[in-house]
Amino acid sequence: MSKTRQIEILVGAFMAAGFVALFFLAMQVSNLGTVNSGDSYKVKARFDNIGGLKVKSPVTMAGVEVGRVLDIYYDAKDFRAVAVLGIYSQFDAIPDDTFAKILTAGLLGEQYVGLDPGGSDNVLKDGGEIAVTQSALVLEEVIGQFIYGKAQEGAK
Amino acid sequence: MIDWLAALGRIGLEFSARLGRANLLALAMLRGLPELLRRPRLLLEQLLSVGVLTVLIIAVSGVFVGMVLGLQGHYILSRFGAEATLGVMVAASLVRELGPVVTALLFAGRAGSALAAEIGLMKATEQLSGLEMMAVNPQHRVLTPRLIAGIISMPLLAAMFSMLGIYGGWFVGVGLLGVDDGTYWAQMQSQIDWNEDIVNGVVKSAVFGVVCTWIAIFQGYDCVPTSEGVSRATTRTVVHSSLAVLGLDFVLTALMFN
Repeated sequence: MSKTRQIEILVGAFMAAGFVALFFLAMQVSNLGTVNSGDSYKVKARFDNIGGLKVKSPVTMAGVEVGRVLDIYYDAKDFRAVAVLGIYSQFDAIPDDTFAKILTAGLLGEQYVGLDPGGSDNVLKDGGEIAVTQSALVLEEVIGQFIYGKAQEGAK
Repeated sequence: MIDWLAALGRIGLEFSARLGRANLLALAMLRGLPELLRRPRLLLEQLLSVGVLTVLIIAVSGVFVGMVLGLQGHYILSRFGAEATLGVMVAASLVRELGPVVTALLFAGRAGSALAAEIGLMKATEQLSGLEMMAVNPQHRVLTPRLIAGIISMPLLAAMFSMLGIYGGWFVGVGLLGVDDGTYWAQMQSQIDWNEDIVNGVVKSAVFGVVCTWIAIFQGYDCVPTSEGVSRATTRTVVHSSLAVLGLDFVLTALMFN
């Protein structure tokens, strides 16, 4: 085996190992392998308070991820936050009276949108809107209510 | 007082002159690119000495850095009952910071110093002038392949470092400390973003590749052609590359990750 041939093989192995490492980072470490980069349709949901919800937070149904939050903005007309949900196209039979709520994974974990299916025969389409929503749980408000309730009890 | 001012001025002028020479050299090397395309063999030889021979140190340190991250991360995270996020911690710190930066520092020590010493000795023993006598442009023939080899090798080396580090963290976290295997990978996949984390890490390491190789080649090419000059060039290569990498890392992080 000639010297240059050896060099070629070594360099080839080096390049291959580098690309394998990059591929590994892409598929095994990052979300590129799991993200459903296929088509999705957009559905709007209005919330009084989105809490810590962020763009790219998951949208789940019965605990299974069916989409991602694509965009969040504030609607100045009705003083509510609008979350645009991108639902993967294979989940195309979600009833249009579905209930959307913002939930927290774990006690202090990140927040996500949970969908509870309704009973309607009509399904949500691209550009549709989820009418019934429940805001994020803000810890201070809950504690505030609890203290207020206790105070009311004490007054009786 | 006047002497002091003169000394300060000399330092400033020398610095500007060196910066200018470094830029001219970079331009000259880039002009050698078409010639390099006609002779890919030159690049191959440099990829061997710059890239392949650096793999071992990168691999060993990658595994150990990952294992230490696994241990330390588990120690801190378990205080908060968040061992499940060990994978995210290991992967994020490796892919975003430690991979590119530690690889660049090791690269400067292993390959950069070798490059500077080699080119410096070539200059001291008048091999570069010899090439010129034979009407071969030494900048194109000797320097360009080394620069390109450095730029190609660095991102690949950094990717290997990150991958092995993640496996090192996995070995300690999952194998020894009992973090769940599925959680380790699943948490990592849901939190690490391809564009945001990994592509930015690769861009970082490519920038470091340019900077480290450029500094090494310039220091070698610009050295005083004596044994003392070569040794000073080698030292400067490692010191300047490390400082440049650490400084640039801050700037790049601030720019890319906001």
